[in-house]
Amino acid sequence: MLQGLIKISHISPPPILSVRPSRALVDEAFEVLVENLAPVSPFTLRSLHHSEDGDDWEAYGHYFSDHSGRVSVSEDLSFGGTYSGMEPMGLIWSMRPVPGSRTGLRLRKKDVTTPMLITVSLYNGHEDFRGNSPLVSMVTERWYMGPGIQRIEISDEELRGGLFVPPGPGPFPGILDLWGGGGGLLEYRSALLASRGYVCLALEYFKTGQMKSTDMSFEYFEKAYRVLKDHPQVIPDRVGIISLCLGTIVTLSLVAESSDITHSQVGRWERWEHWERLSFSMFNKIRVDENNHQIWRDVGLALLKEPSMKVDVAKINCPLMLVNGCDDQNWCSVETADDISKTMDAAGKGHLLTRLDYPDTGHLIEPPFSPHCVAGNFMVYSSNEKVIQRYGGKTKPHSDAQDDSWRKILSFLRRHLYSERAKLST
Amino acid sequence: MDEKHSCVTLSVQPSRGLVDEKFVILVQNSFPSSLLTIYAHHQCEDGNSWHAFAHYTSDAAGAVNVSEDCSMGGTYSGVEAMGLLWSLKPVPGSKPGLRMRKKNVQAPMVVTISVYSSHLTEGFGDQVPLAGVEVERWYMAPGVRRIPVTEDGLTATLFLPSGPGPFPGLLDLWGGGGQLVEYRAALLASHGIASMALDYLTCKYTMETGKIVEQDYFEMAYKFLQKHPKVLGSRIAMLGLSLGTSVILKMAVHSQIMKLRCAVCVSGSHVQPMDGFLKEMLDYFSKNCGNTRFTKDNEVVWRDLLLPIPIDLSLKVDVGKLQCPLMLIVGEDDQNWCAYESAMDMKGMMERAGNSHLLTLLSYPNAGHLMEPPYMPHARVSLFRDMQSRQKMMVLWGGQTLEHSRAQEDAWRKLLVFLRKNLYSGVKSGSSSLSNL
Repeated sequence: MLQGLIKISHISPPPILSVRPSRALVDEAFEVLVENLAPVSPFTLRSLHHSEDGDDWEAYGHYFSDHSGRVSVSEDLSFGGTYSGMEPMGLIWSMRPVPGSRTGLRLRKKDVTTPMLITVSLYNGHEDFRGNSPLVSMVTERWYMGPGIQRIEISDEELRGGLFVPPGPGPFPGILDLWGGGGGLLEYRSALLASRGYVCLALEYFKTGQMKSTDMSFEYFEKAYRVLKDHPQVIPDRVGIISLCLGTIVTLSLVAESSDITHSQVGRWERWEHWERLSFSMFNKIRVDENNHQIWRDVGLALLKEPSMKVDVAKINCPLMLVNGCDDQNWCSVETADDISKTMDAAGKGHLLTRLDYPDTGHLIEPPFSPHCVAGNFMVYSSNEKVIQRYGGKTKPHSDAQDDSWRKILSFLRRHLYSERAKLST
Repeated sequence: MDEKHSCVTLSVQPSRGLVDEKFVILVQNSFPSSLLTIYAHHQCEDGNSWHAFAHYTSDAAGAVNVSEDCSMGGTYSGVEAMGLLWSLKPVPGSKPGLRMRKKNVQAPMVVTISVYSSHLTEGFGDQVPLAGVEVERWYMAPGVRRIPVTEDGLTATLFLPSGPGPFPGLLDLWGGGGQLVEYRAALLASHGIASMALDYLTCKYTMETGKIVEQDYFEMAYKFLQKHPKVLGSRIAMLGLSLGTSVILKMAVHSQIMKLRCAVCVSGSHVQPMDGFLKEMLDYFSKNCGNTRFTKDNEVVWRDLLLPIPIDLSLKVDVGKLQCPLMLIVGEDDQNWCAYESAMDMKGMMERAGNSHLLTLLSYPNAGHLMEPPYMPHARVSLFRDMQSRQKMMVLWGGQTLEHSRAQEDAWRKLLVFLRKNLYSGVKSGSSSLSNL
């Protein structure tokens, strides 16, 4: 009997795992399919990524093969794991640091010229797979930069950033990309936007942890905008700005106050703050949650009450899109969006505003399929203290929001930067 | 619409694909019903430029979808999703007799696809296109490992699929041109088969001793795969084209060492002297070189070398004795080998012997000798260096581009299904049929 069993295991066929496409852009979906499995049996599919910072991130779902020995992540239900239900991209968006990792991690690619490598593996059963060998596995590449995109480093006395130019004769619409309070130079969103047909400038305006540096001047941003507009590959009257968090303050100021920027189309704001100078005195409003993570949203609420701290959004003359998470624990984005909306309506500019408020979504609304970060490490500039900030959001709704908002942002950008210009006066 | 800037967009999905994957080319935002030319350009590793183009008219929304719309002319016409690749031709002014074959499989083939205003047939370099993108076509999927093999006297390259394995294995043999040709093995590894490309005509042994390898060289290659920790020893296949077919058929029937799970023979013949092996085969071909014909353009036609198909069993492999599934892929316009006639003869032999259930025969009208992985440009004629005479000559392979390209696509798909069925199945398909007797 045992002899017979051994013989069977010799002829039992190996499973066949495919991930299509095996090389994709990070905002593209893939199809994970496993065939040649034992019918109606439990299996676990797991994704693993080793980040540039040296941390391991994983996601996994528990599946049952059908009678033909097949598991299709696009079509089948996950019965549990880091995601459940019918989730074609669950193996990416539900990724989180493996048990035992450092705390407060956030997955962000620094070197966008290389792909993210994700290993998708299949294990027998639904029990803990750690320590077991996978039955089959496959590496897949996720890229921020499409083929032919040119990356140009800008680091002179006056401006620091990364410029991404799509292939082709051009010229193209341009986008200025501004990040938030964490500082540093983050290029991944710009690389991805260039892959979607825009010349994109990711601007560094202070180094990580050095928010007090002199670069935070109005002129610096105006200069960045001009450099982009004047670039030979950019159509000068089709330039927009995309920003998150602190960057939104800058954007609103630029758009409302700068005489240079009269024709910009502004898009995609994650959190909004009326503000010209950061007021450190408001920081006594910071709370902590049960994990000792800092909640900063009340700081914004306090600032909202100060008219002198607000950018006059009534002066804005271009289309504006605000993207907010209703569970944003870092900033009161919904309340500030309400405030902007009220001011713009009163000035007769309400038709320029598009607002998307996502329920159960936190502060860090990233390109789709990026793992949700509910709380992350942050260096406080004033005190050089390392804290963990709470960003908020529940993983599944937050991930759906990322997916939906990205598509809507791309279509907003396409409408205003590629297609016929909207009639602003109507 | 801003007249200064077209803002036409062009996208190719996927932008990075395997060479046998289809892509979708979309043009959007052009003027409605405008005349457009979609143009593809590729510069090979040897520096030669290839191009293809097709004429379209955008729809009322200003869009063109190459997978759905009709090309009205160019290097292909009709609805052809992949026409811009398989209809690639050397640019005007190129040397004659070029053939596109990738040497470095670790880097992708890069193709630039552009869209031009109006219907152009030349002068693409002088006009500025409306938009252009770059597309990568890969022979190796991510995670596939390339391992040069020199042990056991072999000149080979092993490609292991991504993952822990072990995997079914395959020995990949090319034809009379020799060299170590890796691209097909790399692609098969991307489909989950540990594939080893084997050089058997210009291998180290032959280059050093001047002697042609014997049967044991191939058996050594088989054994290498069989004992490799990442290969399932009982699931090994062989795939060959042209002369490679001759080797495979002989080994599949007569080797005591090789127990093949299945074999795929492309554009080849079973006609060979049964006494002896590779050297005797090459001598036999040389002896018959009087049957060589020439076209009016002085292209060499070798298809008559082995005709008529002998009746004598000492001059052909007795495929009636074959015990593993066999797939034969032949082009009916093969001008280099009498592959079609050989296939018909093999079919007859197997029917008479009662093992024809093992045979899958794919015969394609108007397809030529060089049945390659899909979407690669068809070479009807190319410069070929004959291994015996060391001379370069223009050889006629045959095939009409459109039918040949369609045949390649169909044959490759069926080849993959055949390999998957035989290498990945639970039960040996041969034994399940015997139970019907």
